[in-house]
Amino acid sequence: MPEKPPDTHKIKSAKKMRDIMTTYYLDAMTAEQNNKQIAWITSGGPVEPLVAMDIIPVYPENHGAMIGASKMGEDLCSKAEDMGYSSDLCSYARADISCSIVKGGPIGGLPKPDMLICCNNICGTVLKWYEVQARLYKVPLFILDTPVCHTQYSPEIARYVQAQVDEYISFLEKVTKRKFNYDKMNKVGKLAVQAQKLWKKILNTTANKPSPMSCFDAFFFLALIVTLRGTQTAVDFYKELLKEMEQRVKEGISVVPNEKYRLLWDNLPLWYQLKWLSNKFSDHNACLVADTYTTAWCSALNYTDENDFIGSMAQAYTMIYLNIGIEQMADQVLEMIKFYDVNGFIMHSNRSCKPYSFGQMDIMKIVQEKANIPVLMIEADMVDPRSFSQSQVETRIDAFMEIIKQKN
Amino acid sequence: MIYAGIDIGSNTAKAALIKNDQLLGTHVISTGYNPLKAGIKVFNSLLKKTETSKTDITAIVSTGYGRASITFADKTMTEIICHGVGAHFMNSEVKGVIDVGGQDSKAILLDKNGNIENFAMNDKCAAGTGRFLEVMANALEVNLEQLGDFALKADNPSKISSICTVFAESEVISMIAAQHKRENIIAGIHESAAARIAILAAKVKIKEPVIMTGGVAKNKAMISALEKRLGFQITAGKLPQENGAIGAAVMASRL
Repeated sequence: MPEKPPDTHKIKSAKKMRDIMTTYYLDAMTAEQNNKQIAWITSGGPVEPLVAMDIIPVYPENHGAMIGASKMGEDLCSKAEDMGYSSDLCSYARADISCSIVKGGPIGGLPKPDMLICCNNICGTVLKWYEVQARLYKVPLFILDTPVCHTQYSPEIARYVQAQVDEYISFLEKVTKRKFNYDKMNKVGKLAVQAQKLWKKILNTTANKPSPMSCFDAFFFLALIVTLRGTQTAVDFYKELLKEMEQRVKEGISVVPNEKYRLLWDNLPLWYQLKWLSNKFSDHNACLVADTYTTAWCSALNYTDENDFIGSMAQAYTMIYLNIGIEQMADQVLEMIKFYDVNGFIMHSNRSCKPYSFGQMDIMKIVQEKANIPVLMIEADMVDPRSFSQSQVETRIDAFMEIIKQKN
Repeated sequence: MIYAGIDIGSNTAKAALIKNDQLLGTHVISTGYNPLKAGIKVFNSLLKKTETSKTDITAIVSTGYGRASITFADKTMTEIICHGVGAHFMNSEVKGVIDVGGQDSKAILLDKNGNIENFAMNDKCAAGTGRFLEVMANALEVNLEQLGDFALKADNPSKISSICTVFAESEVISMIAAQHKRENIIAGIHESAAARIAILAAKVKIKEPVIMTGGVAKNKAMISALEKRLGFQITAGKLPQENGAIGAAVMASRL
């Protein structure tokens, strides 16, 4: 039998990344035996002080994405609804809350937290969600309140958030009964900045034609910059991934075999339909080269001072994509459209993620006027497949691609 | 050269043939349970009707929600592009198309060459589709075909405030219980559907002249409710129900 030719389009670093994530979750699952504490933290939360204090950060949102990708979202979400939670509540929150009770999901639930760190720079839902979990697990909860910067990061906001950063450190000292280690914090801060710079470089490689990876790959490789930011592991891995991407660019290896059209994606992915969506676009010779979601984990670099991480952290965590004004968000989208030279823009109106989906109509109008490219909005949910209709979305994508082909 | 278009909708299957840029004929049957069977049947009936042999057909494009089931088509295209192209074929002046079918409603903006500039479709909701009218016709014991005639006789249209088809149905039932005149309830239903469809037209910033296609375009009351809502004239396309199939045949000629 002839040997199957190696699939050159496949990204080799994926296996290593899977191994790293497995080790990370095993460490978290066995934390108690190893006398380590666990903090649950929101995806946009300041994780670096936790790493500096040797606390293992665990992300219910990353867990939510895993639940979605394992197609276990519907079951867990409806269990939360049976408990009395509204079906309008975020599907990450529903899946996480019911998972805590039924210990379901792909890894049998997250390890019990010793503390909860909630930063509302990504949404307001996390406040109530973390309060629910704090009551359930009877653990202390720290809330970092980051006001929305509609126009600017004002001196008032700066003072307000900086004061909370100081409180955050006192909170960690109290819960761990240890002094905060500023020396280690400096090292962790530098590693976090380094990883973000690498992540940015990796995402930027997709400006090349053809693109060496797509946003579907970015959704996958994102896990480390979220969960292991501030560690050497993340830096080492992203160095390798960047090298692989640069090599692919050099050799002209694309992720979509016949890339003809380039698209930009907005909002979270449909975790339970990644493969279908990726194939759908690939069949149209279209590559989703970039997205507004995974870039959020390096967009604060401008505000971060790696030599004074704690001092610059307040602004870096307040000025993230979901916590700024619509005009500023649209500016970022327009910049991306230009930088990645895309033919179209696809917006996922995500029933779960209100702050991400609210304002999309305005951004859509701005993009249509200023960039003059077709924009498609599809309605779905990141985890709950009951809010997704395959044949309807398929018709919209096919029609959108027909328009793009007509125009190019 | 003869080209065929087959449009498998949720309710009806349509076929159209064009020859030398002229419409040769169309045919409509109900889709039933098996979309492929319906496709074969509507295609064969049309061949017979127009005395055309299968071997004379150069290319076939299928469209509509059942487009992928038509295994004998050379290519599938979405109903959005086919309705746009079909409307342009029938009247090259047309800038805007409002298509209301059984399970989808859409607004399409065309450029001067008849290419799609932009489109908007209803979300995962039956309000503002043919299905909405069908459910209501059922609740009011009126034939779907007569629904429009009833609405035109209304003197004081009832106000249906629910957006959801299911809730609107129970609202209609309570109006029946409150002995609202049937004509007024039906007119209210048309206004409610028109309000939903008008949002799509506004989304794409539709431009005149606008024609309406899809099976619902045969309903005069629906057109007048839409005109009232949008504030400009809307014309029913010639052969509105077959428009998607005609567009598919045009697309087949461009393969």
